[in-house]
Amino acid sequence: MDPRRIPHAAIKPKVRQVGFVPRNAPPEPPARSQSYPAEASSPPLSDSPAGNSLSPVMIPPPRHLSDNLAAYRTPAVPVPETARRRAGHSPVVGSYDPAESLLGTSSPAPSPPSSGRLIVDGEFSEESWLLRRSNSAKFASSFPGGGFDLTAVKAVSAADLASDANVKKTTEKSKGSALELKNEAIPSSKPLKAKTTKSERRALQESQRAAKVAGRVEGNKSTAAASGRVTYAKAAKQPTQKKDVASAAPSVAASEKKGSDRAPEKDKKKDAPAPRMQFDDKSRVEKAKRRAVVNQTEARNRVELFRHLPQYEQGTQLPDLESKFFLHEPMHPAIYKVGLQYLAGDISGGNARCIAMLQAFQEAIKDYVTPTEKNLNRDLTAKISSYVSFYTECRPLSISMGNAIRFIKNRIAKLPLSLSESDAKTLLCSDIDRFINEKIIVADQVIVRHATTKIRDGDVLLTYGASCIVEMILLYAHEIGKQFRVVVIDSRPKLEGQSLLHRLIAKGLSCTYTHINAVSYIMHEVTGVFLGASSVLSNGTVYSRVGTASVAMVANAFRVPVIICCEAYKFHERVQLDSICFNELGDPDAILKVPGRMDVNYLSNLQNRENLQLLNLMYDATPSEYVSMIVTDYGMIPPTSVPVIVREYRREQLLI
Amino acid sequence: MWRRSASFILDNRNAAPPQPPAAAKPDTLTLSSAPPPTAAMADALQNPNPNISAYYQTRAAHHGVVTSDWLAQAQAAVGPRSVEGGDGSSSAADSGGVGGGGGGGVGRPFSVIDEFNNWRKQPDLAEAVAAIRALAAVIRNSEATTMMELEIELKKASDSLKAWDTTSISLTAGCDLFMRYVTRTSALEYEEFNSAKSRLIERAEKFGEISQKARRIIAMLSQDFIFDGCTILVHGFSRVVLEVLKTAVQNKKVFRVFCTEGRPDRSGLRLANELAKLDVPVKILIDSAVAYTMDEVDMVLVGADGVVESGGIINLMGTYQIALVAHSMNKPVYVAAESYKFARLYPLDQKDMAPALRPIDFGVPIPSKVEVETSARDYTPPQYLTLLFTDLGVLTPSVVSDELIQLYL
Repeated sequence: MDPRRIPHAAIKPKVRQVGFVPRNAPPEPPARSQSYPAEASSPPLSDSPAGNSLSPVMIPPPRHLSDNLAAYRTPAVPVPETARRRAGHSPVVGSYDPAESLLGTSSPAPSPPSSGRLIVDGEFSEESWLLRRSNSAKFASSFPGGGFDLTAVKAVSAADLASDANVKKTTEKSKGSALELKNEAIPSSKPLKAKTTKSERRALQESQRAAKVAGRVEGNKSTAAASGRVTYAKAAKQPTQKKDVASAAPSVAASEKKGSDRAPEKDKKKDAPAPRMQFDDKSRVEKAKRRAVVNQTEARNRVELFRHLPQYEQGTQLPDLESKFFLHEPMHPAIYKVGLQYLAGDISGGNARCIAMLQAFQEAIKDYVTPTEKNLNRDLTAKISSYVSFYTECRPLSISMGNAIRFIKNRIAKLPLSLSESDAKTLLCSDIDRFINEKIIVADQVIVRHATTKIRDGDVLLTYGASCIVEMILLYAHEIGKQFRVVVIDSRPKLEGQSLLHRLIAKGLSCTYTHINAVSYIMHEVTGVFLGASSVLSNGTVYSRVGTASVAMVANAFRVPVIICCEAYKFHERVQLDSICFNELGDPDAILKVPGRMDVNYLSNLQNRENLQLLNLMYDATPSEYVSMIVTDYGMIPPTSVPVIVREYRREQLLI
Repeated sequence: MWRRSASFILDNRNAAPPQPPAAAKPDTLTLSSAPPPTAAMADALQNPNPNISAYYQTRAAHHGVVTSDWLAQAQAAVGPRSVEGGDGSSSAADSGGVGGGGGGGVGRPFSVIDEFNNWRKQPDLAEAVAAIRALAAVIRNSEATTMMELEIELKKASDSLKAWDTTSISLTAGCDLFMRYVTRTSALEYEEFNSAKSRLIERAEKFGEISQKARRIIAMLSQDFIFDGCTILVHGFSRVVLEVLKTAVQNKKVFRVFCTEGRPDRSGLRLANELAKLDVPVKILIDSAVAYTMDEVDMVLVGADGVVESGGIINLMGTYQIALVAHSMNKPVYVAAESYKFARLYPLDQKDMAPALRPIDFGVPIPSKVEVETSARDYTPPQYLTLLFTDLGVLTPSVVSDELIQLYL
């Protein structure tokens, strides 16, 4: 529950500037956030491209845009709904009696009023219906299938509501959110509830009800009255002394008091990587460089809109790093090797990169020895984090890798302390093996089975670039004797389609090869578009190789179904609307030069001109309305169901 | 107050719900003395005419109006008691069945398909209910001694049922639903075998009631959408839609209904007949007059043969074009469908389904060179639907997949 949040990021909201920051400006002055309107007017966009002065694009604070590894992403300002929902999903919170869950599901028959929870239920039910809705179709069939505990959920939501009611009144929004974070942090660190007596519970309910009623009567922003109410609520709670259901600790002070409870919390915070680097933030970049193993030189003349993304000159560092292969003490050679392969571009493709990384981790774990006076759980997590940051320096992580790393860290954190080191290591290695097997290899097979049902004889299937899963689908469909033709669309500069084409032709498929310029021409004869994806985000947006969006858009315009094939481990709960704020920049020289064509290399010696900015984007975001279907290992789903998969299987994915 | 099941809407009603007509009947009177199931079940009874959709044949038989004395026929079909009576003495119906191989003799091996055909003949019984009752009969006749054996036997039976009529979505969904119940209900694992078995049978028998209840829930939920003075366009005959309109009449709503003819089985006429009996102003349109009348229409209300994972529906031929016309004129399209019609299918376009064919009588001989489109159903994509009235509540199309994922995964 808690590692999803990065509390300190939420406490100090900073307005980040993408684009121009004056050179002599102090790094990240907090006052910046206030002064931006004035600044926005000062340097017009077209002012002087040479002078490096760019329009200040304001990007919201990094809270929710943090690194992949930052685990669960949350909306910018934690809305009460999400908080409640989340609380509801944690099974340990609240007093939870499995016997009661059955009663709760089948009928609203009142359980014996032993806990007094029912009163809370009645009181707050209107607000918590949203929550209950979330475990919906467990009973949809009107079969009493397994459901999950409603009563616990209700109790928690009620408590949460009370806390919200309090929190809402605190003056500042940011403060409010911080508070809420802390409140939320408490119950999980204290999963086992101390037994409360009847009177205590009653007192708690009274206080919650009072807070809520008061909250209803008065408006939401009357601060003066609110503070009074908060103290009242606190006073009412003091005698009860429960740190459990009352995630409703009403003030910062109160939660500070429980600092000792949150000690493990802090550790987790430390382990969690900082929010994703914004590469227009000079001071941070400098700091990062000092730590970095790979000292990449940054490409010059980056396009202003994409200045927050890292862009390096390619190929300069490799020889140097290769020579340092044996010098780096802390880095395991397997990790180092894979990192260099990333850097050189020898491993590409989401699954391949992910598997390579996981196997490197496996090697590293096998050779890992816990230092004396250190704990395996923590030290290994730190180690993994350092490896991950090395990989990030080599090439920005993909979302799927982020999910895999999150899985590993979760497994390490969950290792029982009593386990011996060798046992723990074998356990981890087998976990990683299982992840690779279940989430990637078997998942691919399932997807292939599903997707081939959508291929009919006489179809003309179009694909873009080289997606290994689409290749597997096409080959399998050919193998089982379906008659179809393939159109491979390709684009400069990577020309990945050619390798796919090579393999398809070798297997005897009849193919058409063309470039993306001709996609609107070729589309009228196509009956289906199969595309791979780097990730699918929870609003159904497909994050994939640049060009995918155009292909999907053209297909949609021609009423050709667009089928996205993607393993469920690549799903992510983030929402992204454009391909600007999160993307990867490739080698700018690659689009500058046309190999083998001396006659069109007009630009070959212009790359360092100040008035030339080169943009080689790697990914783009396809809006969900262009997507007809997503084929995953859980079946064929519409893009609107991605959040359902994320919600239903996140837990399982972390636990496997 | 919000409860998980939308059935709360029934609890709010003061009036007692009408007696479920079909549910009261005990299953045991058919084939109770059936001999043990044999391996013959698997190979038994190929669908005699795989080119014709059995599902739509049954529909036509129940709701279609082909003969001139349709009025009398429909009236006879309405009275549920009389139907019960007719079906109760059932072994005759068995032999005349669509798939029935021979006479319903006592010595014949038990066949799930016969059983199913027996049940599906009742006009008030939904296909899914018939499927589940047929599977219950399998359990009853089973000689399995372990849960695993029973499961395998059931699996076989449901597969043969599904294979027998691939065009019926409710049949498939009903089988899947029951199989899911058998395999996933954890309570069954800890129980003694015989009591588990009887629990399953009980469950299956209850399903008829559930289906009846679902219709009432839908009818109650949809009342908020029917306002006084509105004009509703309906397509074909659907029991749920009829229930919705009946309830609206009971609630003293003033509205009028346009019924499409619903060629070729002309099931729309049947609906018009039913509505006329309720004193609802009805106008019958030929199927091609939909666009002509659409600007008078306030909403389109259709049933569904199946609701698929994308949130679209599969329904009687013509639904898609009505939805398209309504969409282009910004009229809401509502679908009334029970949740057991939700199916794990995902057609991408019209051709992406198993074809459900049905003979069409044009009245005049068609030259042999002329091809006739005999498909009985079409697929309406979710973007043309406004809301789905189901017993789980009033849903947007995208929630269907949510519910399906939670149900089946």
